[in-house]
Amino acid sequence: MRPARAQVLVAVDEEARQAGVERVLAALREALRDYGLAEEVQVIETGTLGPSGQGVVLAVYPDGVFYGRVQPQDVREIVEVHLLKGRPVARLRLPTAAPVARPGEILGRQTRVVLRNVGVIDPENIEEYLAQGGYEALAKALLEMKPEEVIEEVRRAGLRGRGGAGFPTGVKWAAVRQAPGPEKYVVCNADEGEPGTFKDRLLLEGDPHRILEAMAIAGYAVGAQRGIIYVRGEYTLSLRRLERALAQARAYGLLGENILESGFSFDIEVRPGAGAYVCGEETALLESLEGKRGWPRIRPPYPVTRGLWGKPTVVNNVETLANVPDILLRGAAWFRSLGTPTCPGTKVYTILGHVRFPGLVEVEMGTPLRALIYELGGGLRDGRALKAVLIGGAAGAFLTAEDLDVRLDFDSLAGKAAVLGSGAVLVMDDTACIVDMLGSILRFFRHESCGQCAPCRAGTDLLVRLWEGIRRGQAQEEALDRMVEITEVMRQASLCPLGQSLALPVRSALEKFRPEFLGHARGAPCPSCRREGP
Amino acid sequence: MTVEKKAILQKYPRAPDVLLALLHELQRANPQNCLTPEDLALAAAHLGLPLARVRDAATFYTMFSLKPRGKHVIRVCDSPNCHLFGAWSVVEELQRLLGVGVGETTPDGLFTLELTSCLGACGVAPVMMVDDEVFGNLTPEKVRRILGELRGGG
Repeated sequence: MRPARAQVLVAVDEEARQAGVERVLAALREALRDYGLAEEVQVIETGTLGPSGQGVVLAVYPDGVFYGRVQPQDVREIVEVHLLKGRPVARLRLPTAAPVARPGEILGRQTRVVLRNVGVIDPENIEEYLAQGGYEALAKALLEMKPEEVIEEVRRAGLRGRGGAGFPTGVKWAAVRQAPGPEKYVVCNADEGEPGTFKDRLLLEGDPHRILEAMAIAGYAVGAQRGIIYVRGEYTLSLRRLERALAQARAYGLLGENILESGFSFDIEVRPGAGAYVCGEETALLESLEGKRGWPRIRPPYPVTRGLWGKPTVVNNVETLANVPDILLRGAAWFRSLGTPTCPGTKVYTILGHVRFPGLVEVEMGTPLRALIYELGGGLRDGRALKAVLIGGAAGAFLTAEDLDVRLDFDSLAGKAAVLGSGAVLVMDDTACIVDMLGSILRFFRHESCGQCAPCRAGTDLLVRLWEGIRRGQAQEEALDRMVEITEVMRQASLCPLGQSLALPVRSALEKFRPEFLGHARGAPCPSCRREGP
Repeated sequence: MTVEKKAILQKYPRAPDVLLALLHELQRANPQNCLTPEDLALAAAHLGLPLARVRDAATFYTMFSLKPRGKHVIRVCDSPNCHLFGAWSVVEELQRLLGVGVGETTPDGLFTLELTSCLGACGVAPVMMVDDEVFGNLTPEKVRRILGELRGGG
């Protein structure tokens, strides 16, 4: 077969599936056959191409033209006008400012490390991952490096956990390596439940082998033979792609007994969750993996010494692991050339809400919030004014236009009493009612509180009741102070971050939008309030 | 024990860590989308766990139900982002069309209405999941259409 003249990359993710990507693919293949282009134009099914909320998205290379909201009836026009005659179809093109990246290229402010292959390769074909240098880092680790050297490289790179806490990964690995006992585990936390976050899902759907490779490297480094990926039960496509990737990696001898003749054996299993936000907390996740209800454990002891089945366990987030192969291949110094001195590397964000181009982007640590919203997100829709940004998910903080110059990394955000969290950036324009939004957050926490410790169980319920009084216009100013007081008790006395972190959204909302809350409490009409919900 | 359930059990090793995966599959095999007392007992016996522990887990996770549910389970996301884009108007439309509240099942046994936490499909908010399928960019009209199709298809 001749090398293809052009490639059409079609994003097949959860969004595309519900927009009818299967019908578009069928129409595309049929049209290419009809125009005699089936040999010349290669169709590649891949993960997300970046844009979100654009229906079926496809990209034509080498031209680098992106199309959105493609319907089956549009396909013939793309094939005839663009692929046959070479003229892009203007009416279907996505705006150039949309957060998209060409393979191997840096576009605008994006720096793609963990998303390098997402939207570029076919995630269901291990050969495509191998062609991008996949599993070379594992080979290098197993054949050229001692476990201690692998840990040292990750430590020198300064990689910090991307699940929210920012704990140094190398330090965690070293602790598990040093923990006594022959039986150890590597657990990948893919229980992505933070509202507004779907980066891990798109990573698992778009580049599953990267995670398997990183887990095997972690296993070698810490001395574990078994890895487990705990995936949200709702992520059906991720679960399917992971199982497929596992079967392929085993067939290629990249997982299983005596990998690459190195004497190192490692295998991975996938376990679905069953709908519990608290299981994103690592000790609750371990309980759940043991077949119990997901109740967080009292720490210490930490999982590095007593984790799954009481054995030393590494628990790493999907995005954290996705950094590991490149760190080993390109070195700690390269990784440190990205980002800030205390937070090297990149971070993946989901930009959502009232922006022109919602979607998934990856930028260097330390990128200003303003650039994320106005350059990558395309600014606000319909020329409206920015009112608030909820950053870090439901357990995050409300920021305002005054905070736009804050740099996005673990340390800079701490200065604003905010957290990077999961990387969710929810942008709200002046039509949003912050009282209404906080209600959604409080109901979420009341529902997801696991009920184990009293401060969180009672606190989340009290907060919803106080909020309801404000919303009905039957509250005094004291209700606001009482809410802050309750979150402070929860911050100090809750068992796990679920209860502790509710102080962030409540305090920031009440501090920055106090007049709005007071107005509601006194029953003043709110022009933007939806006045809906339970 | 039915042949089907026996076949499901045989796929799983007798280790407690497969409990959730096993419960998922037993629940899927039930036309009423729930776990029966028999299912819980089967899982407990197969994995060598006390029945109380299986029940404990089954009642903790929102994806499991011990109450019979409809043929189709509709789960609407009301997380902040979907809320911002009008999730509650979707819930209200569903309540009106189905004649049931959140957590309830229609008398014909076709639909159960539930709320869910974020489904990670925020780019197309507001979003709901019907069984294993995600539907986005919902409006009251779109909800009417989807329900019509589900009813038409049985």
